[in-house]
Amino acid sequence: MERDDLIVNDSYSINARHSEEDGVKIRKKLYMVTAILTLVTVFEIFMGVYFKRNGTFTWETIKLLFIVLTLVKAAYIVLIFMHLGDERKNLKYVVLLPYALFILYLIFIGLYEGLSVQHLNNTFR
Amino acid sequence: MAGQAQAVSKDQLWGGGQSPFGISYGKMMMWYFLVSDALTFGGLLTAYGVIRHGSADLWPVGEQVFEALPGLHGSYPLIYVALMTFILIISSVTMVLAVEAGHRMDKKGVIKWMGYTVVGGFIFLGSQAWEWSHFIHGSGGGFQVNAPITVSAMDEQNQPITMELTGGAWVHMTSDMGHAYEHALEHGDHIEVSNGKLIITPAVHETHGEHGNDAHADAHAAPAVQEFPLEIVLNKYTLDHKDGKDLRKLMVTGAEAEKIMNDMASNTLVFGANLQKNEYAVQQQYANFFFFITGFHGFHVLQGVIINLIIFLMAVRGVFERRGHYEMVEKVGLFWHFVDLVWVFVFTFYYLV
Repeated sequence: MERDDLIVNDSYSINARHSEEDGVKIRKKLYMVTAILTLVTVFEIFMGVYFKRNGTFTWETIKLLFIVLTLVKAAYIVLIFMHLGDERKNLKYVVLLPYALFILYLIFIGLYEGLSVQHLNNTFR
Repeated sequence: MAGQAQAVSKDQLWGGGQSPFGISYGKMMMWYFLVSDALTFGGLLTAYGVIRHGSADLWPVGEQVFEALPGLHGSYPLIYVALMTFILIISSVTMVLAVEAGHRMDKKGVIKWMGYTVVGGFIFLGSQAWEWSHFIHGSGGGFQVNAPITVSAMDEQNQPITMELTGGAWVHMTSDMGHAYEHALEHGDHIEVSNGKLIITPAVHETHGEHGNDAHADAHAAPAVQEFPLEIVLNKYTLDHKDGKDLRKLMVTGAEAEKIMNDMASNTLVFGANLQKNEYAVQQQYANFFFFITGFHGFHVLQGVIINLIIFLMAVRGVFERRGHYEMVEKVGLFWHFVDLVWVFVFTFYYLV
């Protein structure tokens, strides 16, 4: 059986090469992403420890901010570290769209169900 | 980088003879696998969200449950888990640097960065082992009160505050008192509560009563009786507010704590966590999801470390050098970044939110 990762074919990423000069540029970008990910994590910890949970508007906003910052971190990891940002558009869509579709539906139905269960718990207990 | 930016007609792209995605079969299948694995983790985290959202009881607060550091006494909320997150992010960076070195056919660079990645993975696994062991061991234990009682507690500013405990309310011990209590129970020692103190008389395993006046008795002298101040904590892991006042971690000591100890409901005492009971939450799902989600993630990390180690050894032996490309490093890199990605979400939804 032919192994396609051994075939020399110009359309494949296995021949994605770059020079020493490009390597310097790429590494600089990677270090910047590292700094961003670290700063965002430190900021999240700071928010979590500093702000008291009390169910008020402030805490609800912070919770939302946590989720947004998590998505930012996820985007950096997927697009830069996993190089999805450099791939062809059709691969991006094939990976991201089915996932987004399923997970959004799952989250919606999950939270809806949870809310209903909580309502039952509070009413009949 | 893959970046094929040249314009190709659709007929040519999908007409066969080349990859329409511009990537090899192996890398494409790794992406498909990661999408399905991400759905598994997404399902787990959503299930956790459903249970937490549907719970009528208060859910434990991350920064109150996870606040210990190895070898240190005191409160360091979320510091340890932040450290674990940082370790995983850094090992993800070393991985992407290994991929970058591979694109330059830099064998030494690949070996160096893959080596660091493997080390980072082992450090993370060790950290998780400690985290689990601490979670299972517990931080002092807790129990439910039997009859409703009213006690006087101290808040964080040492101001007295009167608290009414309903029947079945959970109270916790401090780690000093709780661990002494737990070990006394394990050894079968005699435990007594009086004068605001926990008095532990070690069990005597030999009978030497008749030698009371004998010099022989000295050799069998019972170990010293130990005393610990009673320290009960209210709302140790959950939050509670009344009239805009923060009622977390209220301390009850002395005679007031004795009242609570004497009101302990039978068979409710629990230390740490296992699959049947846990001291952190009324909801057992809290512990179960901790074990399952972080355990499943840890299992992925273990697989990742093993695969990384294999690729590291292959790079050392020059397999990729002979093959002419380092694409395998890129493929295992995808898996390793995915493990980091999952942890970012676990970190947010289990510890922060």
